[in-house]
This record gives sequence, C-alpha cells and structure tokens, in this order.
Amino acid sequence: MISEQAGEPPKAKFSITRLLRENSTAQGFLLISPANLYLFVLVVLPLIIVTILSFLSRGAYGGVEFRFNLTNYARLFDPLYGKVMLFSLGVGLGTTLICLLVGYPLAYFLAHAPGKQRSLLLFLILLPFWTNFVIRIYAWMIILRSGGLLDSLLQWLHLTQAPLNLLYSPTAVMIGMVYEFLPFMVLPLYTSLEKIENSLLEAAADLGAPPWKAFLRVTLPLSVPGMIAGTILTFIPAMGMFVVPDILGGAKTILIGNVIRNQFLTARDWPFGAAASMILMLLTMVLTLYYTRKAGFGEELLV
Amino acid sequence: MSEKKPSLWIRIYSFFVYGFIYAPILILIIFSFNTQKLNIHWEGFTLHWYNVLFADKQIFLATRNTLMIALISTIVATIIGTLAALAMHRYRFPLYNASETVMYIPIVIPEVVMGISLLVFFVMIKTTLGLTTITLSHIAFNIPFVALVVRARLHGYDKAIDEAAMDLGANEFTTFRRITLPTIMPGVLSGAMLALTLSLDDYVITYFTAGPGSTTLPLRVFSMVKTAVTPEINALSTLWVMIIFILLVIGQIAQRRRV
Repeated sequence: MISEQAGEPPKAKFSITRLLRENSTAQGFLLISPANLYLFVLVVLPLIIVTILSFLSRGAYGGVEFRFNLTNYARLFDPLYGKVMLFSLGVGLGTTLICLLVGYPLAYFLAHAPGKQRSLLLFLILLPFWTNFVIRIYAWMIILRSGGLLDSLLQWLHLTQAPLNLLYSPTAVMIGMVYEFLPFMVLPLYTSLEKIENSLLEAAADLGAPPWKAFLRVTLPLSVPGMIAGTILTFIPAMGMFVVPDILGGAKTILIGNVIRNQFLTARDWPFGAAASMILMLLTMVLTLYYTRKAGFGEELLV
Repeated sequence: MSEKKPSLWIRIYSFFVYGFIYAPILILIIFSFNTQKLNIHWEGFTLHWYNVLFADKQIFLATRNTLMIALISTIVATIIGTLAALAMHRYRFPLYNASETVMYIPIVIPEVVMGISLLVFFVMIKTTLGLTTITLSHIAFNIPFVALVVRARLHGYDKAIDEAAMDLGANEFTTFRRITLPTIMPGVLSGAMLALTLSLDDYVITYFTAGPGSTTLPLRVFSMVKTAVTPEINALSTLWVMIIFILLVIGQIAQRRRV
C-alpha cells in the first residue's frame, strides 16, 4: 500500500475512474444500478400508482376521479364480490392441497429412484412444461369436452352412462390448475426429500420403528421446507389465475383474477380493479410471510 | 437416499402420474391429424391442418413478434441480471436489502397484478401499447429470474482466482472478461435459457401490455381457442411442442457430453 501511494499524484483531483477502481462500494453500486433503476421504474413505481389508484374513484366517463375514498374496498366485501373472493381462495387452497397430495408420492419416488434414472425421470416431468401454457390448457379442453375423450373412455369402461359435462365447470378449472402447477410442487419436495440421509432411516429402523412410523417421524418432518416452498410456488399463481377459468371454466367460474382483468379491460373501472389487485396481493403476501417466518426458505426455490 | 428402492405401489402410482402429465400432449398431437373440423372424435388421417397453418399469415406475424420479443428481452435481461447477481454476490453497498427485496417482487406477486400495474403505468405516461411495451415488460420480469440463477451459480465461486489474475497484472476488465465471465458462463446461459422460456411462454403480462398489431403466439392461440377451435390449433401446438422437445433433448445431450 505504501509504495502505491508514493507513486500516485496528490488525491485532491476527483476522478470517477479512480473512485471505481479503488472503492468496492462504488463498484457494487454501479453493477446493481441498471437492475435497480429498471425495476424501480417498471415494477415499484407502477405498483405505487396502482396502490394510489385503488383509493380513487371512477369518473363519470370512465376516467379516474381524484377523490380519496374507500368505497372500492367496501364494494369488494359486498355479497357478490365477497363470494368471488371466497371461491378464489377455495380454488387456490384446493389446488395447492391436491398438488401436495398428488405430488408428494411422486417426489418420494423421484428421490428414491436409482441415480442414473433419476435425472431422466426429473427431466421427463419438466419436459411438457416447456411447451406453451395456453396450449396445455387447450389440450384439456379436448379431453374434458362433453362427449369428448374422457366421456368416451368412461362410457367404454361402463363407469358412466351419460356425459359428465365436465368442461366449463369448477372441476375442470381445478383439473387444469393442478396440471399446470404440479411441477412447482414436485420440484421443491424432491429437493427436500433427496437431502434426507439414508442413515437417519436406518437408525429409525434399528431402534425398532416400522417403516410407516419412520416415515411419519423422520421423512415427513424433514420435508417440511419443500412443502412450504411448493405451497408458496403453487398458491401465488393459482390465486391470480384467470386464463384457466377463461378456457375451462366458461362463464360460471369467475375468480378474483377474472374480476381484475374485466375491470381493466372491459368494465373500465380501474380504481375498483386496483383495489381487487391490492386485496389479491395482500392475501398472497400474508400466506407467504406466515410460511417464511415459520421456516426459512429460499434454497428450495432454487432448483 | 437412493439405496432403498421405491415400493411397487409407488412405482405404479408414479407411472399413472406420468400418464396424467403426458396424456394431454399426446392427444393434442394425435388430433392435429384429424379430418373432423370440430375435433371431438377421431375421424381419419389428414395433413390438411398443417397446410392451413402454413398459409396463415397471422400465425406467421405472431411467430415473428414472439421471437423478436423473446430474443431482445432475453439479451437485455441477461446482461442486467448478471451484473446485479455479481453486485449482490461480491459487494456490500447502500440499499443492499432494498435492492434484494425489489428483485423478489416480480417473482412473488401474482402475474395479473404485475400485468395491470404495467398497463396503468404505460397508459399514464401515454405510451402506445405494442411490441416496445411488451418487450420492456418482459425484461422487467426476466431480470430477477436471471439474477437468481446466476447468483446460485456464483455461490461457490472462489474469489482467489480473480485476485490471482490481478496479482499477475490483469486489470479489472481483463479479469472479468478472461476469468470471471468464463467461470460463471454456464450459470449465465441457464439464466438466459430460463428468460427465453419465460418470455416465449408468457401470456398474462403480454396480454395486458399488447396493442393492435403486436399479437404474439400465446395471444393468438388463446383467441383461436376462444373463437374457432379447429385442428389448426393442434397443428400449431404440435409443431411448437416438437421444436421445444428437439431443442431440449439436444441441450440435454450436449450437457451430458460435457460432463
């Protein structure tokens, strides 16, 4: 350090290049700045605007009137929209629960599969999900259509006599959502289960625990971080979903996501749509915070 | 945890779940060759819908738009996201925690909320909605994902090799170009791949930020599904699925070879 100082000109002259060369804080700040600026303008600022918008009211001709009030929020809790919100919450939680129940054994299977096959099996789960999301939901439309493939199959097996009329029903929406979000649940679960040391289960067996007890007392508790990460990754997109109900739910199944979309693009009541968005964000954030407080997560998200 | 083989029941169960995952895709492909226009039952084999598809000018334009948006947003987001990941991994600076929180927002808020907030923002600043607004929005949701992937890759990065390069007389830029970047390149590439996939797949945010003449493939498929369901959609889907499958399989093989 001393020899360096000796050779340098006096420090009085301010130079950006020297600041950047010598000051690591400045270097870090310079590297993060593009991301910070970009995300501030296109993510934070728009969210602030929407928050303000949710407290304003709709103008007479579809514009926005600058009069601070809470009527938009009050309207969300009237019976009509209250029902939609409860229903969305039900669909979101239901989807998450079914994904957990369907995905857990599959994740267990993957974690126990022989090493060589494992990466291939994992790849095979992800493969269909690189195709387009709208296309995957459309495929279910063909299957669930009245008199379509599922109906034909069930009637051929003599399980049902008449068409089930599944398309354009809440059941169809749930099937589509579970299909869409299953990998979001399976991957974090797999990451958690795969980390569990076999010696722990051997120890449980040595101590006389039957396999089911070893599972309940060792495997299940140790996979909680995966369950939490999977729940968050499934619940958040499920709550805001409006494409699946649009395609598979018909006019009967309206979720909070559909309400928001309609307010912004057809009804043109932006303040009300903004309030609905705020409530949706609040619902998902409360759950996420509650879960992350209970157990730290982060690693499981990085599969 | 691989010593104990999964029981027969779990294997049978998993086989059925794989069936559940693949059945829709297979049915989609089979029905793209169906002669029946309504596409409810199998009638007979034809390649007619592929001819219809290739003559469809709107599909061509939508494909061009989709690729352009995906390419530009991937490149920009990869650069900004990689720089951010480097900053967060190596440096401590003012507003570090705030920067980290902002990075997580696009990942943890419902897509529809991000979509409407961008719509409101663009309308407020009086921008015409179109290809530019879609691309700007895609960059916004891709930056955090790229940063996340690159940061994960940087996790085990040994700073000593950078210091060694500098001790040998390389300046910061040369060190970055010759040492740091090649080392983290696999992470940067997988970040870019993720960004590309997210952009190609996006429906929700594109839907809110699109204007006249900026239809993308997901938007086009959606409007076809809502208005006129013919096997042409299946033909389009089949081609899409095939191209993605081939690219992924090539990617996997390339990765195995390198290891």
